[in-house]
Amino acid sequence: MTARNLWQALAGRAYLRTAWPWRGVAYLGTGVVSGAVALVGGLVLVAFSAVLVGLPLLLLGVVALAPAERRRLRIADDEPAVDPHRTPPEPGITAWARTRVRERATWREFGYSLLHATVLWPLDLLALAAGLGVPLAMTAAPLQLAADGGHEARVAKLWLVTGYPAAFASAVAGLLLLALFLYPLGAFAAARAALARALLAPREAELRTRIGEVTRSRARLVAAFEAERRRIERDLHDGAQQRLVALTMSLGLARLDAPPGGPLAERLAAAHDQAGKALTELRELVHGIHPQVLSDYGLAAALADAADRSGVPVDTDVELPRLERPVETAAYFAVSEALANAGKHSDASRVRLTARHTGDLLTVEIHDDGIGGADPERGTGLTGLADRLAVLDGTLAITSPPGGPTVLRLEIPCRTGTHPCA
Amino acid sequence: MPDRHAPLRIVLAEDGVLLRDGLTALLGRFGHEVVAAVGDAEALCAAVAEHDPDIVVTDVRMPPGFQDEGLRAALALRTGRPRLPVLVLSQYVQRSYAAELLDTGDGTGVGYLLKDRVGQVEEFVAALERVADGGTVVDPEVVRQLLRRRRDPLEQLTPREREVLALVAEGLSNAAIARRLVVSEAAVGKHIGNILAKLDLPPAEDTHRRVLAVLAYLR
Repeated sequence: MTARNLWQALAGRAYLRTAWPWRGVAYLGTGVVSGAVALVGGLVLVAFSAVLVGLPLLLLGVVALAPAERRRLRIADDEPAVDPHRTPPEPGITAWARTRVRERATWREFGYSLLHATVLWPLDLLALAAGLGVPLAMTAAPLQLAADGGHEARVAKLWLVTGYPAAFASAVAGLLLLALFLYPLGAFAAARAALARALLAPREAELRTRIGEVTRSRARLVAAFEAERRRIERDLHDGAQQRLVALTMSLGLARLDAPPGGPLAERLAAAHDQAGKALTELRELVHGIHPQVLSDYGLAAALADAADRSGVPVDTDVELPRLERPVETAAYFAVSEALANAGKHSDASRVRLTARHTGDLLTVEIHDDGIGGADPERGTGLTGLADRLAVLDGTLAITSPPGGPTVLRLEIPCRTGTHPCA
Repeated sequence: MPDRHAPLRIVLAEDGVLLRDGLTALLGRFGHEVVAAVGDAEALCAAVAEHDPDIVVTDVRMPPGFQDEGLRAALALRTGRPRLPVLVLSQYVQRSYAAELLDTGDGTGVGYLLKDRVGQVEEFVAALERVADGGTVVDPEVVRQLLRRRRDPLEQLTPREREVLALVAEGLSNAAIARRLVVSEAAVGKHIGNILAKLDLPPAEDTHRRVLAVLAYLR
């Protein structure tokens, strides 16, 4: 197994032969730089804050440092640290600042920045000096001795070496010590990275909140689409459909006035016929956008209607109260799609449609006696329906072995007794 | 125009101005008078109370809710006056609408037609007159849906018999069916006899009873 972070690498046997020790060193090294910069920047900001605006500037500094630190964390950890901040509810600097100030994540970042600029980076430097500096200095003893003309050298400013044998022995010992020190050094870097992650990455509760937000925004989107469909349906009904009906009526009247058998009567008949066909097509289109029966009579009637329209004979067994509007709509379109699929692909001669609402759960089952082999991966229609149901915490299950039968089962949790036509 | 119907006094409810004016002109052309043309369900009820018309023609979907206000008004009117003929126009076929209408006043003097049918002006006016005379008219599209749904004994019907059955449900007389299908009236009579026998329905001479029997069976 390949290690994803320093901890895992430390546990592996090949630790020294991987890049991980050096990634740990690099993490600490960059930490020294970033910490020193943060300290200087922080001092400047504090100076300015005193004269000017106080906290906001410091906040800006924190907000700039934290993402950089999250990115730097990638050196010691392959797992990216996700941005813990929420998107402000509205654009503009004020909304942004208000959101940030209220977030716990911001204050954790503030704490980390303070720690990083004051305590952590000197510690990083110390660890590097001890863990890397001493062994390297010992390894460099022969060079140091040569530079001095072979007389004497003070290795790591600690002890005196006066001859090449001793210098080379020091070099060998240095290399061994380096290999040994890379372990505690790696451990320190790993602990350091863990601390950064704990303070800079989102907590589980925050993640859950964000998922909740995403779910809600998705539900809002679906509701918006639904409203838009209704609007389009209404517009077509009030506009184009009315005009076409009036047109066929005028043409029908004109036909009465035209001398029978003449070329005019013939033309009028053709025009009348075409207008009639356009009207039929438009009616089907409008019905497909949003069936009026669904709003008027609810899911049970709309399902019966869909069964009536189906190319394949459908036996219906539907007993439903009125349910919440989004649930009714989602279930209706799912069944329409399923019936259309049964007609198009399954070669079925009969479909059984069952729908019940028991214990706050709507269950609809569509069972056909066709050839089976339906693959939700291929048909984007079914996947789209599953997505749509998922918004309502609903599920779509399909079993369709080759040779059939295909059974499609959808479940949507929904409360009883809520009448949508309030 | 053959055997013109006596002029009817009509209350028309339709929220689309274009259609309302068009229908008024169309009905006038056939010698009928639209005594009141209104745009919503409330005005419809008021107009019926005021004019006591021979027949009401109403759209299903009307303000303020744009759902089925027109149908609700028609049903309410029928509850108050079961003999008041009502012809309901619908933008699309909905079995429940037809069913609710047929359940009022014994199913006499009710009609349920797809709005598109007004384009076939002569047939539309003929249907309107049948309803005014106490007949029952159901859109062929409804019948087609019902036929598709109820299959068992209907499967024994020949295609020709199905055709005849649909026309019976539209409220046509034997003579009218014969004209439509270009066959003799005797042949139509035979078909109808066969249909009623196959569906185990009581034989009936009266067109209206026959329509109801067939629709009751289909539902």
